[in-house]
Amino acid sequence: MSGRFVLALALGATVLAPLVAPTYHVLLMLPFMAYAVALLGLNLLFGYTGLVSFGHALFLGVGAYTGAFLTSVFNVRSMETILAAAAALGALVAAPVGALCVRYVKIYFGMLTLAFGMVFYTFVLKFYRLTGGDEGMPFLRPALVGRSLEDLPKTDYLVGPYYYYSLAVLVLATLVMWRIVRSPFGLCLKTIRDNPTKAETLGIGVARYRWCAFVISAVYAAVGGALLGPPTGNVDPTLAYWTQSGNIVFMTLLGGFASFFGPVLGAFVFIYLQDWVMSVVPFWRLIFGAILAAIVIVAPGGLAGFWVRRPPVEASSP
Amino acid sequence: MILRAEGLRKLYGQFCALDGVSLAISAGEFVSIIGPNGAGKSTLVNVLTGVLRPTAGTVTFRDRDVSGIGPARLARLGIARSFQLVQIFPDLTVLETLQAAVVSRLGHGTRLFASLAADRAVREGALEVAELFGLGPKRHVRARHLPQGDKKLLDVASAFALRPQIILLDEPTSGVSTADKTAIMETLVSASRRIGVQAIIQVEHDMDIVFGYSDRIIALHEGRVLADGPPATIEADRRIVDTVIGRRARAR
Repeated sequence: MSGRFVLALALGATVLAPLVAPTYHVLLMLPFMAYAVALLGLNLLFGYTGLVSFGHALFLGVGAYTGAFLTSVFNVRSMETILAAAAALGALVAAPVGALCVRYVKIYFGMLTLAFGMVFYTFVLKFYRLTGGDEGMPFLRPALVGRSLEDLPKTDYLVGPYYYYSLAVLVLATLVMWRIVRSPFGLCLKTIRDNPTKAETLGIGVARYRWCAFVISAVYAAVGGALLGPPTGNVDPTLAYWTQSGNIVFMTLLGGFASFFGPVLGAFVFIYLQDWVMSVVPFWRLIFGAILAAIVIVAPGGLAGFWVRRPPVEASSP
Repeated sequence: MILRAEGLRKLYGQFCALDGVSLAISAGEFVSIIGPNGAGKSTLVNVLTGVLRPTAGTVTFRDRDVSGIGPARLARLGIARSFQLVQIFPDLTVLETLQAAVVSRLGHGTRLFASLAADRAVREGALEVAELFGLGPKRHVRARHLPQGDKKLLDVASAFALRPQIILLDEPTSGVSTADKTAIMETLVSASRRIGVQAIIQVEHDMDIVFGYSDRIIALHEGRVLADGPPATIEADRRIVDTVIGRRARAR
């Protein structure tokens, strides 16, 4: 089966899901689509630039809290405004954080991003009067494309307009990222991933490109974070906790960071597998720990690695 | 003079790797740097290419002080290098590797939303260099799957794709079979002419290559310039033959 056919099939199934699938499973698609947006960004950093961030929940949190503030404090209900503000704030926070983090690589980069993530988590947890502390903040129902949709029951709103809105954002985010990784900029990121020393001698400013990738990935994570708010209607600090950062790295590994759509697949499998395992056994983290260990040992290419095999010599093309 | 180094000193703690090295490179020259292990050749190349900042002294390129400015900025100014231990991008194809160099040269790296495949200037620039180095038929092969000799050639070719004014080659024929060495050197010289490289500086141990291609030889010993002159003068100097070149070259 060609990649395009599988992609068309997946997109078709996603479009039809609210019409045919049980409501519960359709609702699970909402966090999947939000995480998928965030993971497209995370993988620009991980799979294409070679930097593993353990603190990207920070930007999920920035996006989600931006939406919560705008809707519940400033009564701004436009989802487009919320997404734009989340993207802008994500970039604003990522600019100085990235400038510090990209000076380091490997475990030092990972630990530094983790540290910044924990600083943000502590901020939202402790500044109770501003953020609601551990109780979080309400994320009021946003208007979509100028329509308030307040009269719809919550479930109808989520499995109807909000579902297709999230899908549209995911498709748009995918198209933009597809273009970025196939641009001259994307090629420079791949050289840095493969061999930063050599990239530098070709005149490619490694730190500058890493910083750009970091900021773009933060923008994606913030948009994903903003999309996570409406389904629960509340944003709390657990979204910014380090285990969330671990989860999204897990999703990337599960799907396969070497493939463009691998992390999206990882998000899908993670969300549904987690839901199923949690319904069967109380200690779901034990099962997921075993799965992660198995992936690293047996299938480092993730689930996408089983399907996409890189031939040693690619077919000649004009 | 397009490149000049004056009074270069480089200390690693108490160890002095370079001790007052001065040299000047003119347009049109092919200069070889020779010396026994530990003479300071690699340190000199790293200082000249901006990887290392000298403890003292300056490097000027076209009258501009470029001491320790870093390899990326130096490459953009027009000084490229290849490495002794081959440096490639394992997961990129030959064409992508050369495209990356051309993207850097043309300043297209900031084009976030442009299509690389549709960038004709980048593609044609990369294909031209691939053909010059005989890598055209392998342009879609990932670098990790190339034979060792082709990896070396790709490393050098990517430096040439920057169309530099000066190129520094750190042992361009190391790890290559004796039979392939001359072919590689001929390719290098021919590509230099086609691309318009103004000067080549190489570090080399193979004295047949050194004496066969150099206009000038700089002999280093214990971090100092022992001699700097044309091949005939160097070969006639018994002190250099004994210290740097050794018996094998004397038998030539």
